[in-house]
Amino acid sequence: MNRRAISAVIRKDLKVVLGSKGILMPLIIVPVVIFVALPALASLAPGVVNIPGANLSDIGSFIARMPAGLQAQLAGYDEVQQIIILMLVYVLAPMYLIVPLMVASVIAADSFAGEKERKTLEALLYTPTSDQELFFAKVLSAWLPAMGVALGGFVLYAIVANLAAWPVMGRIFFPNLMWILLVIWVAPAVAGLGLGTMVLVSSRVSGFQEAYQLGGAIVIPIVVLVIGQATGVMYFSAGLVALLGLVIWAVDAVILWFGIKVFQRGELIVRI
Amino acid sequence: MTNRTVILTRELTRRFGDTLAVDHLSLQVYSGEVFGFLGHNGAGKTTTVRLLNGVLEPTEGAAEVLDLSPQSDGPALRRRTGVLTETPSLDERLTGRDNLSIYADLYGVPEESVSKRVAKYLDLFELTERADDKVGEYSRGMKQRLALARALLHEPEIIFLDEPTSGLDPVTTRQVHRMIHQMSEEGRTVFLCTHNLIEAQSLCDRVAVLEKGRLIALGTPADLARKMVHGQRLRLEVAPESRDAAVSTLQSGFGADKISQENDGLILQGADREIIPDLIAGLVAAGVRIYEVTPQEPSLEDVYFALHGRREVPA
Repeated sequence: MNRRAISAVIRKDLKVVLGSKGILMPLIIVPVVIFVALPALASLAPGVVNIPGANLSDIGSFIARMPAGLQAQLAGYDEVQQIIILMLVYVLAPMYLIVPLMVASVIAADSFAGEKERKTLEALLYTPTSDQELFFAKVLSAWLPAMGVALGGFVLYAIVANLAAWPVMGRIFFPNLMWILLVIWVAPAVAGLGLGTMVLVSSRVSGFQEAYQLGGAIVIPIVVLVIGQATGVMYFSAGLVALLGLVIWAVDAVILWFGIKVFQRGELIVRI
Repeated sequence: MTNRTVILTRELTRRFGDTLAVDHLSLQVYSGEVFGFLGHNGAGKTTTVRLLNGVLEPTEGAAEVLDLSPQSDGPALRRRTGVLTETPSLDERLTGRDNLSIYADLYGVPEESVSKRVAKYLDLFELTERADDKVGEYSRGMKQRLALARALLHEPEIIFLDEPTSGLDPVTTRQVHRMIHQMSEEGRTVFLCTHNLIEAQSLCDRVAVLEKGRLIALGTPADLARKMVHGQRLRLEVAPESRDAAVSTLQSGFGADKISQENDGLILQGADREIIPDLIAGLVAAGVRIYEVTPQEPSLEDVYFALHGRREVPA
């Protein structure tokens, strides 16, 4: 593998993404909402339960409908603490996965389909890189920033969550084992899922928007997880998260295998 | 130009479905020559460049470029060739300098000399002042010069130029022509795809003419002219009041179909320089006042039309 060429392609793709406000803005706004705004809302929790007419027994009955494992995790906390743990540790957990998925998808769509649209792919195909090196470089140029944002976002989320909840919790309560698994095991797989889907979609479309709209459907499973967790249909235990990661990695392997098959110079050049 | 073959194709063929884009193409290109590859749009020129650089695989036949197989030695070969694509294919969100330095890394220019090499080519193509502006803000001519700089940055042995002056203004076109001359003087081989026949005539040592993927002529422009267009033509400029007398004298001597008008002159087809003294004597005897008689060699354009049977006018 020609590391220098690979890093040149990554550098190029990242500079191109950074040069487009239209692409950059969602990559900033969505993480800020998920990693800062939502956990910051936890600081409002004591105020919410003190609103005249607020019924703490509603919260109790809501938690009573949650899976037994989750109820066990919440046992021993008062109602306000339970709300905070429920929201910051469990309900927002699947939502965290939207960030690596989105960042990887947007950059991959710009890198694969966008390059076709801008008619810059042909010059790249005439360089002395092999098909595998080009594919690997393009995958990394989407995956590395996705993981950078996901890891940085996790640290930010942990700081904001602990600070916002400090008056209620009185201790550092975040992260737990499930979140660590989510960050180091599931998020990289989800980023791979987003970019792998875009590689396949991009081979059939002619532009960034088309790729992003078609590939955007990949967010549906994450939305299902968010709804499932919020309604208590499922409980993001460490075991479930580990299994979820395994399934997504398996799907990634299949998608990327097809991606390598699709990413052939001879195929790409005739579609320019 | 030397006798060393740098490009050799044997029955090179590429099909796209039922369409034959390149049809059993066999040719040789020698080191240091400017080789013109002529043909209408869709004649198979770009496909041939892709085949010769290992970007596309042939359906049949084979090619050798710099003693390497484009199919099996693609990366090693592309390190020694440079390609100017028909569209500049530049990243418009990046600066000119970034475009060059990234491709310097991709082409394996020694790391320690990347910034010097980039500066050299920016300077050579008169882009230094705008080097740190985004390419999206460049004029078309600047983009073409930057694309040419990128194709030459790694100092390739063979440079493929696909319609290098298409859509350029005369000043930039002249700069590009100067660069092609310079590359040839440096001993590099230039493979020039064009449908600009005047450009090909002035720049190329040899030309190949392609029609629907098939090679229909190969040789120097002069050789092809001799083979394909029989007889020279003479251009006569006479006083306006003598024009009718000149036309009738020429028509009676050579036949009406041989005489045509071009701007202020009269063209006599199929006549060579040997007849000039008798021609002038005849015209003078008819009272024609002659300003100029010029023998004209058949041009590549004449060859091209002869080859294509004047079916179509090339763009």
